[in-house]
Amino acid sequence: MSSCCTPATIQIEPSHRTAGKIQTVALVGPPNSGKSTLFNRLTGLRQKVANYPGVTVEQHYGKLSGIDRSDLTLIDLPGIYSLNTHSEDARVAVDVLHGRMPGAPAPDAVLLVLDSLHLQRQLMLAAPILSLGLPTLVLLNMSDLMETRGGEVDTLALARELGVPVAKISATRGTGLDAIKHFLNKKSESVTVLPRLELPVVGNPRSYRQWATGISTRTKYKAPLSSEWTRKLDSFLLGRVTGPLLFLVVVFGVFQIVFSVGLPISNAFQTFLNDAGTKAGLLLGHGWLESLLIDGIWKGVSAVLVFLPQILLLFLFVGILEDSGYLARAALIADRVMRAIGLNGKAFIPLLSAYACAVPAIMATRTIENKRDRFATILVTPFMTCSARLPIYMLMIAAFIPNKPLLGDFFGLQAAVMLSLYVLGFLAALATARLLKSSILKASSAPFILELPQYRVPTARSLGLRLIDRGKVFVKQAGTVILCVTMVLWALSHIPFHADLPQSIIGHVGQWIEPVIKPLGFNWKIGIGLLSSVVAREVIVGTLGTLYGADPATQSLSLQAALRHDLTLGGAMALVVFFAFAMQCTSTLAIVKRETNSWKWPALQFAYMSVLAYVAALGTNVLISHFF
Amino acid sequence: MTALSELKIGRAGVVESLQLPDEIQHHLMHMGFIPDALVRAVRRAPTGDPTVYAVDGMEVALRRETARWISVREFESESQ
Repeated sequence: MSSCCTPATIQIEPSHRTAGKIQTVALVGPPNSGKSTLFNRLTGLRQKVANYPGVTVEQHYGKLSGIDRSDLTLIDLPGIYSLNTHSEDARVAVDVLHGRMPGAPAPDAVLLVLDSLHLQRQLMLAAPILSLGLPTLVLLNMSDLMETRGGEVDTLALARELGVPVAKISATRGTGLDAIKHFLNKKSESVTVLPRLELPVVGNPRSYRQWATGISTRTKYKAPLSSEWTRKLDSFLLGRVTGPLLFLVVVFGVFQIVFSVGLPISNAFQTFLNDAGTKAGLLLGHGWLESLLIDGIWKGVSAVLVFLPQILLLFLFVGILEDSGYLARAALIADRVMRAIGLNGKAFIPLLSAYACAVPAIMATRTIENKRDRFATILVTPFMTCSARLPIYMLMIAAFIPNKPLLGDFFGLQAAVMLSLYVLGFLAALATARLLKSSILKASSAPFILELPQYRVPTARSLGLRLIDRGKVFVKQAGTVILCVTMVLWALSHIPFHADLPQSIIGHVGQWIEPVIKPLGFNWKIGIGLLSSVVAREVIVGTLGTLYGADPATQSLSLQAALRHDLTLGGAMALVVFFAFAMQCTSTLAIVKRETNSWKWPALQFAYMSVLAYVAALGTNVLISHFF
Repeated sequence: MTALSELKIGRAGVVESLQLPDEIQHHLMHMGFIPDALVRAVRRAPTGDPTVYAVDGMEVALRRETARWISVREFESESQ
């Protein structure tokens, strides 16, 4: 098969661009080469993240720190295997490298990061990158690991073969980074004239492969032995019995901690923010300015900040799982089950985290490389019963469901209704995933290919930087949208001035839509509650409290009594079913927009979930009213 | 010639050819599944699928639906 001797080659003139004028440097490398660790190492807190225009690929860039050229911009390109533009990631990388990406300056130099543990294969990327003709420094990452495991390579010979400087580094430990400093500070006159470089013809993996094999032989590359304890750990963590068992322990551990530690922290934080707002309000005195600042803006800011504890906590765990290498194993174990509903194994962690909150869950779908699977996961995630649904569930169940014991004292009717609401959300997610995968997000051509990295101990530095990064993304993206929506809602519920809620614009709208929601068993007060809870689901309890002239925190009994007086059992159950399905969460919409980089998906999601919620609530009301 | 998906755990073979759409084929080739490369079936997921293959010093998991389109020439003797 491989009968041909030398691959056809093209010749590349050595680069004559002066290295002293470098302004923008691109960081390029295959997935799992440790590129992001190096990026974090080189930029620290001076990094920014955004989406590239028109695509869902994230753009990470930042000013270099720790080397003498702090004016340099470093762009971290998505991990790629080749410059073959089959994937969106590769298309973005190629566009940036050629300076065709709007908003990203054309790079003047390239840092090519290769994992020295698998150098022979990773070298395949060197051919297309070197043929760009930009000044390039090849960095052999994880060289410390390679050497301790008995691997070796002649870097001088490799530099001669590639015609560019080569350095051994360890991004995790921060060793060998002086080479980058030298490379970027090199003055134009010190550029030595290099021999012409012979590279294989573009586009054919086999020719790249032969070229890479030739080079690794000539540079005496000896691959390190694979880590013995990774294999031992895998026979335990992927064992027939121990594997699934440990998997369950890990995922429920994460869920439990995000839920039972994150929720109280969020609640305490919410109380603190509310108190701060009330105190500030007292200082400002009464008036529309106080109302705008406290009820409008501060409430919006709090609504954003209150998510932070859960987001950070979840990303701490996702970070530990991902960096240690366990996330790939978890995906392997969950794949069979997730495939049954048309998703892949990597969707498991996001879907589970969505029981706490859909926002961090949607942000966590970034670990799913396959775009269609990722979008399907994003679209079904808000059906999982998040903690923001609990206040209205608890209120309605306490008010309308008698606590008859079903299975002893342990499991009563109230618990059964609560559980069935969880099941309802889960079933809606399953059905929607099925629907999506058989229609607009039909099984993609990209298969599920999962690289199992070797186990590693995560570093605090990389975990910390990730938390800061995700926290910033959320506050910036969701913050802008939520602030706008809360201010609009504030205006609607305070105009005309000095009017009570029923007389405000939103009150009139609530009464105006009453005929539409009457079949669901709702009255105009519920209508206003539904409108106000577009910001966040839990808001409805406060609104109903205001409307029924009772404070839910102190006089919850009277609110329950008022609701019982006003609603039928059918209407009450229709309301919780409505909340199980409806997309009453601006933060989620904002983050879906950010992750899909288009308003199309959140709009579709909002419409679909609202229609489903309406129909399901209608059905619930009709059925219950018929039988009870 | 057998399909990669039929390779028993612990057995090794040499990749003969891939019959997959170009896009997937390129991706797999860059992952090391290239004609003449040595592949070994390392372990199956606890649920029986996907299967982990050692190729080129890396471990890569593929679903049966993908692995069945990669043909290998199985080694006669038991591999290490």
